[in-house]
Amino acid sequence: MTSIVKPRIVHRGLSRNRLGLTIRDYEGGMSTLCAGCGHDSVTAAIIQALFELAVPPHRVAKMSGIGCSSKTPAYFLGASHSFNAVHGRMPCIATGAAAANRELYLLGVSGDGDSLSIGLGQFAHAVRRNLDMLYIIENNGVYGLTKGQFSASADIGTAAKRGEVNEQPPIDPVQLTMALGGTFVARSFSGDKDQLVPLIKAGMRHEGFAVIDVLSPCVTFNDHEASTKSYAYTREHSHEVMHADFVPPMPGITVSYDEGEVVPITMHDGSRLLLRKVSDDYDPHSRGAAIEYIRTQQRKGEVVTGLLFVDESRPDMHGINATTGMPLNELAFRGLCPGKRRLASLQRRYR
Amino acid sequence: MSCDVLEVDFDARGAIASSGVVDETTIPCDDVVLAIGQENAFPWVERDIGIEFDNWNVPVVDPTTFESTRKGVFFGGDAAFGPKNIIWAVEHGHQAAISIHKYCQGANLSDRLPRGVNLTTAKMGIHEWSYSNDYDPAGRRIMPHVDLKKRFRKLNIEVELGFSAEDAATEVERCLNCDLQTVFSAGLCIECDACIDVCPVDCLTITPNGDQKTIEANLKTARLEPEQELYVSGPLKHTNRVMVKDENLCVHCGLCAERCPTGAWDMQKSTVVIPYAIDEAERDEQLCRETRKAG
Repeated sequence: MTSIVKPRIVHRGLSRNRLGLTIRDYEGGMSTLCAGCGHDSVTAAIIQALFELAVPPHRVAKMSGIGCSSKTPAYFLGASHSFNAVHGRMPCIATGAAAANRELYLLGVSGDGDSLSIGLGQFAHAVRRNLDMLYIIENNGVYGLTKGQFSASADIGTAAKRGEVNEQPPIDPVQLTMALGGTFVARSFSGDKDQLVPLIKAGMRHEGFAVIDVLSPCVTFNDHEASTKSYAYTREHSHEVMHADFVPPMPGITVSYDEGEVVPITMHDGSRLLLRKVSDDYDPHSRGAAIEYIRTQQRKGEVVTGLLFVDESRPDMHGINATTGMPLNELAFRGLCPGKRRLASLQRRYR
Repeated sequence: MSCDVLEVDFDARGAIASSGVVDETTIPCDDVVLAIGQENAFPWVERDIGIEFDNWNVPVVDPTTFESTRKGVFFGGDAAFGPKNIIWAVEHGHQAAISIHKYCQGANLSDRLPRGVNLTTAKMGIHEWSYSNDYDPAGRRIMPHVDLKKRFRKLNIEVELGFSAEDAATEVERCLNCDLQTVFSAGLCIECDACIDVCPVDCLTITPNGDQKTIEANLKTARLEPEQELYVSGPLKHTNRVMVKDENLCVHCGLCAERCPTGAWDMQKSTVVIPYAIDEAERDEQLCRETRKAG
């Protein structure tokens, strides 16, 4: 055959989630990315996480911009809403979607080019707004779709496939998000689903802007020996400081853990996040200390991964703006359009 | 229908040692269909020419060479080891032909060429394989049959009508291509998970090596056939973990090989090599040539 199709096989061993769906029901079209692309693993992790969370696919809106990463929403959740925005402009489209229907689960997939170069302004303000969405950055340090030029996340000293060395300092989405007041910041690796899947689940349940920077090697243009974002380099240099285990809100489920080693965090919907300390000297509640730790390790050539910072206390965009509690399409006409007199009284306030 | 009731004694190997009629019984029935068996009979072989017969009056035959106890006399088919199907009879013929060739050459009959399996890659190019890998999980097509009334009117009628062109096309894609082997080279794997993510039956897992229990606990899909052994690779070069495959689930669609960036997974066509008499002849010719050269 000339193009590949994944046969849909439902065998006896396939498990079903609370909704009676199998993992096949969370899949999408066949990937057209390069064979071995890290993004396909992120796609698989998203499928796994949403299947385990038993999120109804029709309640999810997949948002993306432009780039290899932004193609990936076509490869998962074939039965969800989706919007493929202009390059770097996904956050404002997502803001609109969130404003219109606060009951949608927004799942944004972007890349280092889409979020850290052309879309940096949009990204920064989505963090500030604390938009209730999960924002995954598939970070490979290059523009794969245009033959592998360095992106804004390329490290100093890393070499392109043809030998050219990058001299510009990288933008680290993790440090940037923390500095901008982000409320859920994590870093992971496409090749480590044990770490990534619980992070995606927690990020989906976080009420506010959850950023996961996923190192996702570009197998075609950035997987060589002189690269700092190859499979081999990432495996060797990544260092997990805080492992997140996600516990969904289920009556009757008690989890036993060793105090001191585990930091429990209760999320808005009642689910719990058990943060297992892998490094003793790390505090996921202190913004300043976290940034300092990441910087120190970065100087040593180490890439810090795990759930790096979380703050469940800050209100999200709807909370900040005291918006109505309902999706706009469910509001009665009178609520949506209160009439001339109300408009006039509103306008008087601005005189 | 009246039947004899037999009493049978079995020997240690489970074969009938002796039997005798002990009673008679009558079974009431509307109709009786006769299915008549056959028996080996060798009244035409003299018993004093060196061919030994066992207590069932069947010649004693060597299972490798098919030679009887008299040199130069060979048996095959039902005459050799009792009733088997025609495929076995053909195989016996091939094996006996090798023996006869060797006998004529004065060579040792037990010196047989080894059997083997050849593996050759099925990859022809990007998205191109030398077999149809478009696996279709459709259910089995139902073979259309001749109407029952017609069948009874004419008993020698061909009952199966054959598939329609569409059904035949669907039916062939249900093939599990079991002659295509998924061959994994651990040294080439960069552990990008592409094969695991694309597998439509979740039969692959990369896991830390350990005992059977540890590996089983980490499998992406629980084993359905505990009797069937798992395939476990050698250590992978980046993390020392191992690739595990549950062959029971695999449909040989080849997507793992299709999505593998380094060619660590390959679909290879396996051909079973069974030596025939002609292979012996070629070997003899080669020997002759070498002897001539040496001389």
